[in-house]
Amino acid sequence: MRIALLPTCVVDTVAPQVGAATVRVLRRAGHEVVVPDAVTCCGQPAWNAGFAEEAALVARTTLDALAEADVDAICVPAGSCTTMIRVFWQELFHLVGDDAAVARAATVADRTLEFAELLDRFGDAPGGRYDAAVARHHSCHMLRELGLRDEAGRLLDGLEGCTVLPWPGDDRCCGFGGTFAMKQPETSVAMADDKIDGLLATGATELVGCDQSCLLHLAGRLERRGETAIRVRHLAEVLDEAAP
Amino acid sequence: MSGATPVGFRARAERATADAHLRGVLHNVTDRLIDSRRVAQGHLDNSEELRRAARSMRDDIIRRLPEVLDRLATNVEANGGTVFFAGDAEEANAYIADVARRIGARSAVKGKSMATEETGLNEHLAAAGVEVVETDLGEWILQVGGDTPSHIVAPAIHLSRGDVRDLLQRVADGDLTDVPEELCAFARAVLREKFLRADLGITGCNVAVAETGSIVLVENEGNGRMSTSLPRVHVAVMGMERVVETWEQLDLIMALLPRAATGQDISVYVNQITGPRRPGEVDGPDEFHLVILDNGRSDLLEGPFREMLNCIRCGACLNTCPVYRQVGGHSYGWVYSGPMGAVLTPLLGDVEGSGELAGASTLCGACHEVCPVQIPLQDLLLALRRRAAPEADRAERAAWRAWAEAWRRPSTYRATTWAAGAVGRVVPEGIFPDAWTDGRSVPRRPAGGSFRRRLRNGSV
Repeated sequence: MRIALLPTCVVDTVAPQVGAATVRVLRRAGHEVVVPDAVTCCGQPAWNAGFAEEAALVARTTLDALAEADVDAICVPAGSCTTMIRVFWQELFHLVGDDAAVARAATVADRTLEFAELLDRFGDAPGGRYDAAVARHHSCHMLRELGLRDEAGRLLDGLEGCTVLPWPGDDRCCGFGGTFAMKQPETSVAMADDKIDGLLATGATELVGCDQSCLLHLAGRLERRGETAIRVRHLAEVLDEAAP
Repeated sequence: MSGATPVGFRARAERATADAHLRGVLHNVTDRLIDSRRVAQGHLDNSEELRRAARSMRDDIIRRLPEVLDRLATNVEANGGTVFFAGDAEEANAYIADVARRIGARSAVKGKSMATEETGLNEHLAAAGVEVVETDLGEWILQVGGDTPSHIVAPAIHLSRGDVRDLLQRVADGDLTDVPEELCAFARAVLREKFLRADLGITGCNVAVAETGSIVLVENEGNGRMSTSLPRVHVAVMGMERVVETWEQLDLIMALLPRAATGQDISVYVNQITGPRRPGEVDGPDEFHLVILDNGRSDLLEGPFREMLNCIRCGACLNTCPVYRQVGGHSYGWVYSGPMGAVLTPLLGDVEGSGELAGASTLCGACHEVCPVQIPLQDLLLALRRRAAPEADRAERAAWRAWAEAWRRPSTYRATTWAAGAVGRVVPEGIFPDAWTDGRSVPRRPAGGSFRRRLRNGSV
């Protein structure tokens, strides 16, 4: 397939290695990957803060770029940005009275898939070897808005040497929550600690997730707590490194 | 807890999250409630279907609320009861104080009622010379300790049994242990005397049934039954939305409410009360009054927050909320807490700083997942944020505007992200100084710049 990648602003600015890994995994699966020049951000930071007009200004730019892309599918290496596009864009453009954008958003939503979802759906499980005891973080939008619970797990199960450990509370929010992480930092950090206490009890050597923003928050807290034994990685990095 | 209560959610949450004892208690109890709910829900083979049916049933009732309440009032009066529609807290309190004065009441026993917490009835009656005794065990413990409920179903959820022992010791002659059975026996002995002496019984109302003019009290301790059968006058207070039309509809609510609330298939008591004592009956009050409280609710009937009136007050959203789990109910600053409280407080409460509550959530959706009537709480919180955005402080509004102006254009997006590496790029810089770095390390600046730059350089 020909796939347009929306890198997401977080991956683009803070975790470029995740974007690179995503591209390599998709290419190895035989896909052609393009990053439309004009995409910026899905608008979610402002949308979640309640600033719909501002969110729409930014989202419209990305919408237009994705709508014009001549591709079979759009891949997003983040459950929450995928949710923004699939679940909230039409509501957003409706709220700001842009009916033409609502219609375009519907066609883009139909073609947009989260990274693990895409690989799982098209039988692109890359396989390979990855020696690690992994705990998986379920990100909230991916789990509860998109209903994607098992896709990433199936991909990890396909790796030799990789054990996915049970982690009670793995579907509880990590406390990132967009601007919440900065508007309510004490609670946000307490939530991370709650997750991390459970994580440490699993004996995992790696924490793997599909949303770099949650991972950034958890990694930042792990580091601040001096817990250096656990590596935090995006699924794309794991699959990329595992590839034969 | 000691010291003056800080103002605003963040300040209160900061204090709560620093309290390891409180968080430990909250984690234990909410974990247990979540597990019991899951098990009890599993006893239904069609729970998702029932939740959908309950949502549409509640939608329909709330859409026709004035008509349903008329029918309720007509039937309560036909049974010999009295109905009072209270526009606000003051009217409700004044009406109940009038009843107390007219019957010469010296003391009142109360079953659990969040509506009267909302109106501040206890203080009002105390000022009118009526001794008010809470009889729900949790509420009584709080009353003894001068504390307030932190959960709509389990009001003393923030106290360990050691805490409870310490509080009750204040009113006990002998030494108390922290054995729950012994603490309960002590409470029973004290409260039994209060029940027998009380002139007035005041309760809430979990659900009223319009077709027969009845009220239903769901409880586990029997204090609701005592409060409604021993005193000579019973006043029930209900939020105006707490009504169904038929007993068949009540059946659906009862399939969901105890399971969601406490993980019970059915509560120990389900009291169904239809009017005062009738001729030939041996117990029950001489008078029955139903106070139907508006207090801002009718403003929600039209508009984006109508679905909040579907709430049946089970508390499941509190138990499952990862924020509530860390901060407890008092952080929310009013009688309702957790996700439902974060929505209701800015809409109904007159509470300083309650606008902040819409932000007291990560919008994770766990609340919606467990809500027995499927209220999309995270969507309502988001709608509240949009409503508050125009009044956000000038710096925040300016920052989002500048962010939008920059990132609506690919060229300025690239210009601001090319070097990469700062969290501040993703969320406009300058709004939340140090908020990230206080508890978390900042990601290291990636060598080679942004992903897009690497792509352009051919290094991907």
